[in-house]
Amino acid sequence: MTPELGQLALILALLLALAQSILPLIGAWRGNRALMAVARPAAAGQAVFVAMAFGILAWAFLRFDFSVQYVADNSNLALPWYYRIAAVWGAHEGSLLLWILILNVWTVALVAFSQKLPEVFASRVIAVMGLIAVGFLAFIIFTSNPFGRLLPMPGDGADLNPVLQDPGMTFHPPMLYMGYVGFSVAFAFSIAALLGGELEQAWVRWARPWTNIAWAFLTCGIVAGSWWAYAELGWGGWWFWDPVENASFMPWLVGAALIHAQAVTEKRGSLRAWTILLSIFAFSLSLLGTFLVRSGVLTSVHAFASDPRRGIFILAFLTIVVGGSLLLYALRAPRVLGGKPFKVVSRETVLLIGNLMFAVAAAMVLLGTLFPLIGDALNLGRISVGPPYFGFLFPLLMAPVVLLLPFGPFLRWGKGEAPVLKSLLLRVVIAALACAIVAAFLVDGNLKAIVGVAAAVWITVGVLLYAYKRWREMPRGRRYPAEMAGMLLAHLGVGVFVAGVLLSESLSVTRDVRMAPGESQHIGSYEFRFDGVHRANGPNWKADQGVVTVIRDGRELTVMHPQKRTYLRGQVQTESAVDAGVTRDLYVALGEPMDAGNVEGAWALRLYYKPFVRWIWAGGLLMMLGGLVCAADKRFRLKRGAGAEAGAIASLRVQENHA
Amino acid sequence: MNRLLPFIGFMLLVGLFGFGIWWNTRHDPNAIPTPLLNKPAPAFNLPKLYEPAQTVSKADLLGKPYLLNVFASWCIECGVEHPVLTAEGPSLGVALVGYNYKDAPADAKNWLARHGNPYGLLIADEPGQTAIDFGVYGAPESFLIDAKGVIRYKHIGPLTPDVVAKELKPAIAAMLKEAP
Repeated sequence: MTPELGQLALILALLLALAQSILPLIGAWRGNRALMAVARPAAAGQAVFVAMAFGILAWAFLRFDFSVQYVADNSNLALPWYYRIAAVWGAHEGSLLLWILILNVWTVALVAFSQKLPEVFASRVIAVMGLIAVGFLAFIIFTSNPFGRLLPMPGDGADLNPVLQDPGMTFHPPMLYMGYVGFSVAFAFSIAALLGGELEQAWVRWARPWTNIAWAFLTCGIVAGSWWAYAELGWGGWWFWDPVENASFMPWLVGAALIHAQAVTEKRGSLRAWTILLSIFAFSLSLLGTFLVRSGVLTSVHAFASDPRRGIFILAFLTIVVGGSLLLYALRAPRVLGGKPFKVVSRETVLLIGNLMFAVAAAMVLLGTLFPLIGDALNLGRISVGPPYFGFLFPLLMAPVVLLLPFGPFLRWGKGEAPVLKSLLLRVVIAALACAIVAAFLVDGNLKAIVGVAAAVWITVGVLLYAYKRWREMPRGRRYPAEMAGMLLAHLGVGVFVAGVLLSESLSVTRDVRMAPGESQHIGSYEFRFDGVHRANGPNWKADQGVVTVIRDGRELTVMHPQKRTYLRGQVQTESAVDAGVTRDLYVALGEPMDAGNVEGAWALRLYYKPFVRWIWAGGLLMMLGGLVCAADKRFRLKRGAGAEAGAIASLRVQENHA
Repeated sequence: MNRLLPFIGFMLLVGLFGFGIWWNTRHDPNAIPTPLLNKPAPAFNLPKLYEPAQTVSKADLLGKPYLLNVFASWCIECGVEHPVLTAEGPSLGVALVGYNYKDAPADAKNWLARHGNPYGLLIADEPGQTAIDFGVYGAPESFLIDAKGVIRYKHIGPLTPDVVAKELKPAIAAMLKEAP
């Protein structure tokens, strides 16, 4: 009976979402306060029912209720409880439910923190969130019911996709969805502004932390996914330009642009139309990501089972949401224009260039991702572009961003001074050159590694010089407000990331070897000794577990245990062994036995030495941290009343003068 | 006009996606062409499920077309397919041969006792060796084999009413028309 209650809860949630979206919009249009007042309680009610549905599905997993088709397909009696919880979002239907749940989490937060916004504006924002929920709830109810029954009830279920049976992967989807869905706030905000035909800087200030937090979650999700690919797939890679990876990367790029554009709009009032357009793009690309994974338009390792009906539904939804908002933008954007002019040498210019680069990079990734489809459409045959395309164009587009990054903070709003730039330029060039020369000797003249060191030093020194300038010029307590600290952290993260990428890409050593027990292989000063393979058992898998002892300078450094797991239903999954370090990772993946019958004999192994690879994720995490710290700034908490508003503007002026 | 550009660009994308959906309904990107299609079925010699002492070979079945349906009691999807086979089996116009795959005979018999037996003939491949010759990925799978022992059609996964109506029945009709 309970699963049917779950379905009923979803239907009630859909009805409330309809009320939440339609009534307040009419209310805001007609100036009817009673209708506008529906928004908040309807949103809260919707959240209760969605949470109920989610809870019921999770409960069905915990109780092994295999009469529910989705539970029978994605879990079995041997699956540990924590993976049964993760199995809730392990396939299409449940992950969609998670999407909706997270949308409701954001909406409830919005309801709670928007009390001080003008009522007309707030009810429009909540109504737009409601519209999005209507689309997704209708999608799940009409095409992807997670509560469908399976009769007769089987004695045991199938299995959760073994790819997902990993701690990193458990958190990857929720984090990613928090980011995707989080951009809906900036989106709803922009649509509300377009509907109302006015955009106040104070509202943009209010919207900024939401974008920052969403972007931080998205960063975290991407880092988790990348880390998982590295640790699980056994190829030592951390990014593959796979269509679905790209689907999460495009909103990230646009989100990064949006964060900066919002800062300009909030502080100077300019770039309004661009900010609105970017927030539409960021959320549209999030929807597109969801679409690409589920519609069967592109094939990928990540893709859920595809069903053309679902594809058509999402496409229609996408057309209404994105097409509608872009049309609204075309009609209404001129109304919200405004802002202060700026000179060529100014912070605005630098931010705008960075913004354009991010947007072009996102477009480039989109083009590359859709290339196979374009090939089919123009009848060019099966073609696709891979890492060479992305690997060439992406660094090219990001180079200006890296080059300009140190200068942004040093320039004033409106009109910057060239002399400041010259002294800064001199210092970072000297620092980058000096480090590059030192690095050149250490890496035997490997150009990519030298460029990596130079670029990382360029960014880091630029950021540190600015931090020092604040320290010298600002009074104690005003030096590093959260917004400033967050910016510095995120920019440092970029430096760490760049160093990690270029150094690990250029200096990694890979060995594909056949090793009999007792044999050794050398990479640099590390000796890898293969000590054979034995059997190991887990709750729902059996594995061949290799033992590899790493020796350096005659000392035993560590013992690594790469596994080749076979899950209950016969799926095989590699578990690489990683010995992590600040300056290098050692990485061993177990291949196949040379003689299939003799597990005790020789095996194929892949040995990797990956210097600084961890810096990639450390950089990502620093960017995430920066986003969160920034969002915590007190300045973003909205105060009501003209007096408070004037105060905020006054403090803004002070900042402008010093910033 | 300039402000309409994002909208126009997006509509082009929508057109592309619509095309993609349409294209993929006609071209299965994951389709694994079976090398056995329109080739003679591999030779086999397997015991009957209910009388293990007797065996059935490919030669025994020549002369009449039949649908070889790979199933197992442990296979969840087979439970989905079973009612379809029971309902549609008699109207197919070909014999239904059950191929019990990697299953304990007692489990298989229990399963059939519970769900009913739509098959005219049941053979058992408990070790699953012969299934390799057929290129079986897992249960359920179905092979349509004509009177000359040639595989005319293959379906991986459960036979749904949709698949029966749109694929299996046309394949049978084409086969019967060719060799009356």
